[in-house]
Amino acid sequence: MFEGWDAVVLARAQFAFTMSFHIVFPAFSIGLASYLAVLEALWLWTGREVFINLFNYWLKIFAVAFGMGVVSGIVMSYQFGTNWSAFSDKAGPVIGPLMAYEVLTAFFLEAGFLGVMLFGLERVGHRLHFFATLMVAVGTLISALWILSANSWMQTPTGHAVNAAGQFVAADWFKVIFNPSFPYRLVHMVLAAYLTTALVVGAVGAYHLLRDSHLAGPRVMFSMAMWMASLVAPIQILAGDQHGLNTLEHQPVKIMAMEGHFESHKDGAPLILFGWPDQAAGKVRYAVEIPKLGSVILKHSPDAPMAGLDTVPRENWPPVPITFWSFRIMVGMGVLMMTLGFLSLWMRWRGTLYESRLLHMFAVAMAPSGFIAVLAGWITTETGRQPFTVYGLLRTVDAASPLAAPAVASSLIAFIIVYFAVFTAGVIYLLRLMAEPPHHGEQGPGKEAPARAAGITPAAGAAAEGAAR
Amino acid sequence: MIPIDLPTIWAFIIAFAVFVYVVMDGFDLGLGILFPLFPRKEDRDVIMNSVAPVWDGNETWLVLGGGGMMAAFPLAYAVLMPALYTPMIAMLLGLVFRGVAFEFRWRTTKERNKWDIAFTGGSLLATLAQGIALGAILQGIRVDGRVYAGGWWDWLTPFSILTGVALVIGYALLGATWLVMKTEGDLRDRAYGLSWALLFAMLGAIGAVSIATPFLHVQYTQRWFVWPNIILTAPVPIAVAGVTVLLLRSLAHKYDYQPFFLALALFALSYAGLGISMYPYIVPQSITIWQAASPANSQIFMLFGVAVLIPLILGYTAWAYWVFRGKVKPESGYH
Repeated sequence: MFEGWDAVVLARAQFAFTMSFHIVFPAFSIGLASYLAVLEALWLWTGREVFINLFNYWLKIFAVAFGMGVVSGIVMSYQFGTNWSAFSDKAGPVIGPLMAYEVLTAFFLEAGFLGVMLFGLERVGHRLHFFATLMVAVGTLISALWILSANSWMQTPTGHAVNAAGQFVAADWFKVIFNPSFPYRLVHMVLAAYLTTALVVGAVGAYHLLRDSHLAGPRVMFSMAMWMASLVAPIQILAGDQHGLNTLEHQPVKIMAMEGHFESHKDGAPLILFGWPDQAAGKVRYAVEIPKLGSVILKHSPDAPMAGLDTVPRENWPPVPITFWSFRIMVGMGVLMMTLGFLSLWMRWRGTLYESRLLHMFAVAMAPSGFIAVLAGWITTETGRQPFTVYGLLRTVDAASPLAAPAVASSLIAFIIVYFAVFTAGVIYLLRLMAEPPHHGEQGPGKEAPARAAGITPAAGAAAEGAAR
Repeated sequence: MIPIDLPTIWAFIIAFAVFVYVVMDGFDLGLGILFPLFPRKEDRDVIMNSVAPVWDGNETWLVLGGGGMMAAFPLAYAVLMPALYTPMIAMLLGLVFRGVAFEFRWRTTKERNKWDIAFTGGSLLATLAQGIALGAILQGIRVDGRVYAGGWWDWLTPFSILTGVALVIGYALLGATWLVMKTEGDLRDRAYGLSWALLFAMLGAIGAVSIATPFLHVQYTQRWFVWPNIILTAPVPIAVAGVTVLLLRSLAHKYDYQPFFLALALFALSYAGLGISMYPYIVPQSITIWQAASPANSQIFMLFGVAVLIPLILGYTAWAYWVFRGKVKPESGYH
């Protein structure tokens, strides 16, 4: 079986599959860790019970999501060696230290304080517990910093040399870490994580408001989430635009693929809204385009010339249809998020934020939009880097392990079966936790069983919570 | 005798990270292996709760071992990982099942049994795979230039199966002595019983691996049995005998806190034995630590981080253990 298959294609499929499953969990837990820190700070500051209820409510969800992120993340850290050993050998001296720093500064910090954060509130006191929460939140952000630096170096490598063994080595660590696309990618990804979380929190709040618009917890979380959506979504679109301009400067071929610019345009490139990129024919079929707008957006001048893929050897073309469409899906999600944010501002101004069923249904429908945008965005940037692993320097076919196709096919099938079985169950448990509204006297992961035994019913809890406001 | 240069320092750092992993995740995985012997839900809750706050930190050392190796010895990482492809993938999948079981089993009543099985199956698979990987490394790996040159079943030999089974026994012993330390009453008494049985099994496993290893390669024989090396290597088996006596005594006198640390000492000695066998190779008989080392500026760049951060990490990890110190009471579960 699988003898006729291409081992490199299978390895790429396996990396894409395991990475796509992994990325949604950190994207969610980066934002959620920060949200938990904010909730605990608000509780310590104001003493209002609703904040500790929300904290404990989201903490249980965080525990499950974080666990899934950890186990799927360990897979990633070993897959560089198992499936991309030539890359590990050649780029290890540059990429390896960045990832080692991620482990040392971020993973240990998160893991070391996670236990106290989850189970330690009554053992260490409020202030020390808040410190633990803060360390977990900071850890998730430091982790994003290092891994995005490593990824950005693969996109826009700088500060390196090549040694006698053919390995990339660092000539200037500062230039390696702060490579040209890193700041843009970092801002874009962290904002994406915050938005992803805000949209989930907002959707859960909206779901419970649809059933009872007087519940204190859902009102607070919905309001907070909608502030995030209305403020951060427009900033994210600006950050994305800046990231795009940076990509145009350093990875112009990726932009050509994203825009579907097979042909060069001497006097102003159109903006192709939709169409079907035909890689073999080298043109976009059924294109719906706005003349000159492409040059306006990317060069800020309607007549600016734009080179197309016809200036690039075909063997260096990325897969255009995937890059083109994943980019449009991401942008579409961003526009919908901004629409939701502005709609919420309008309802807030009218005083119907907690009553508008239309807004709540829209927010519920938007629950997965952050995840979709994150996945589409990563597919855009990673596919757009192809056919290279280290852009312009190391081709993907030269980066793979010397493995036979049957080995990779077997592991790919194993990953597919295990991930669907395990993570489907995990998502069901998460949805089950979210389907319950936060209760009065909500308990964290440590104490929920005794609290339920104490007989606090949801209805009584909600009433007490309402009275407490 | 051992030169103090960057690759040697890094070899010790990576060895340290892997050892801390073996020590800390060893008892977590051991608990998973022993889970079927404790069928009562209350016991299982206590067992889970005894490691729930710390398992994630324990597992992070595995990421440091792998990530650190890629950074400090990229060639070794690039050769070993494809050579150990199947055991590595099996370990990762085992750790997925084991890891999610910690959270999932508290989220469902109907399917709890399913996640308990996943906890045991995952722990067993991950342990077996780690032990097999160790055996596969010791028996040697075919290398051509900078690339692994063997097939994808080379790792499977009677010796690697032996090391796999040995590690299962070893982790189970760590798990049993951990329970002796962290639990009370009937649960603790049963853990004592298991510790006895597992200690004898462990001694048998150490003996079997020690006898089999010199037959793998002449380097191992010379390292251990040829004069004057024997002056340096003889203390290891003598220390194993000494620790065994102390461990038997602590089990007989029911000193709750001693057996776990003495079992760790047995692990440390076995681990030192492995180091003596392998040094200075990182891929036995093929690649030395100097051949595999990344350039000095990569190793120096990370050394600053390690020097500052590892003590800090050990500090707050110790604090986390201190917060959750003492016996785990059934009613005061963290979950």
